[in-house]
Amino acid sequence: MGFASKSPWVIHYDASSCNGCDIEVLAALCPGFDVERFGIINTGNPKHADIFLVTGSVNDRNISVVKQIYDQMVEPKVVVACGTCACSGGIFHDCYNVLGGVDKAIPVDVYAPGCAVRPEAIIDGVVQALGILEEKSKALKESKRRA
Amino acid sequence: MSFIPVLIGTVAFAILAPVIGCFLAGLDRKISARMQGRVGPPLLQPYYDVRKLIEKDDVTVSGVDGVYMTAALVFTAFAGGIFFSGGNLLMSAFVITMAALFFIMAAYSSRSPYAEVGAGREAIQVMSYEPMVLLMAVCFYLASGSFMVADVFRGSVPVICYTVPAFIGFLFILTIKLRKSPFDLSTSHHAHQELVRGTTTEMSGKTLAKTEVMHWCETVLFLGWTGMFFLWGNPVSILLAIVVALLAWFLEIWIDNNFARVKWQAMLKWAWVVALVAGGVNIVVLMGFMF
Ligand code: SF4
Repeated sequence: MGFASKSPWVIHYDASSCNGCDIEVLAALCPGFDVERFGIINTGNPKHADIFLVTGSVNDRNISVVKQIYDQMVEPKVVVACGTCACSGGIFHDCYNVLGGVDKAIPVDVYAPGCAVRPEAIIDGVVQALGILEEKSKALKESKRRA
Repeated sequence: MSFIPVLIGTVAFAILAPVIGCFLAGLDRKISARMQGRVGPPLLQPYYDVRKLIEKDDVTVSGVDGVYMTAALVFTAFAGGIFFSGGNLLMSAFVITMAALFFIMAAYSSRSPYAEVGAGREAIQVMSYEPMVLLMAVCFYLASGSFMVADVFRGSVPVICYTVPAFIGFLFILTIKLRKSPFDLSTSHHAHQELVRGTTTEMSGKTLAKTEVMHWCETVLFLGWTGMFFLWGNPVSILLAIVVALLAWFLEIWIDNNFARVKWQAMLKWAWVVALVAGGVNIVVLMGFMF
């Protein structure tokens, strides 16, 4: 295992979540689940983060923000869509202003469904994301070596 | 101050301080987690973090922040070298401030609003702790008769016997120097503050790794300053100094976990009040002894 998956720093963005999923994301950081055991830190800064946790669906207002945050993150990076809204639009999918899941804005690596998404599901999603992060990190090293 | 010991000290510090500092940072994370009822990350987590940051892609906003941070690292190593080779305490204090200034420059160079706020606050932090550091050095001089750290081993009693107020004042500003809550105004490790990353907002990858390593080295140097008060002619005192330094580190972690961030006005006011009272009283008393 490389270092990329040993120190996954996350950034959490609430796209248009009803706050149900947001609270579950924060619950994962609290003593009950304590994801810092795996080196996970909630950075609050896209430039420092490796994993982008998005909750809620995208709409015309926040699609630019989601893209901004994604663009500011430094490679290697992965995106985890947390909650049914972030995966597909959820119960808001046919609202007049909702464009759909997060994959309408940026490439999503892992979908963690649930309404609200359970902390276990988030941790599961992040663990899957770590595998992808590791692959991306290797690919980056390869391309650096070749360059 | 001869040059060769300082050079050897600097090289030794540059190699050893990151190792010890990394260990201390891991201990900090672990103890903090336990204080919050959590298990916490592995002890080597800060090492994993820095290795990961080094592996990250190179992205920079200004192109020069990496250079400034390298300069900050070099000056930190130099300050540590001066101190641990038994050199001039005042010089060590000035050189480490130089490192802090380069850190501020690195933050300013990005022209990002958050980084600029962080840099401004970092400058205020320097302004807050510097008087006490200088008065601490003066008290050290009055108590030991020299600014040279190596001369503490000539004393028959530790410097602390004459400098209790100055030591307490120094412990107060140590929290500011280590950027720990309630004085983590410029940048914070906890994402629950009104300004989270501040100075390091625009730094990423290797540049951010350099700031982490610099913080490790700073921790070792400042804990060295703390231990210095407890040294005298007896070699056993080195053990005592290490124990005191570790206790001070534990105290800092405890303070970090129990106090919310203050406003900069309060920090500046209290740091200066403490410096003038603790440092001033100590100097007056010591001067009284001399005449
Ligand atoms: S998935 Fe459910 S809990 Fe989560 S944001 Fe959507 S509606 Fe709220």
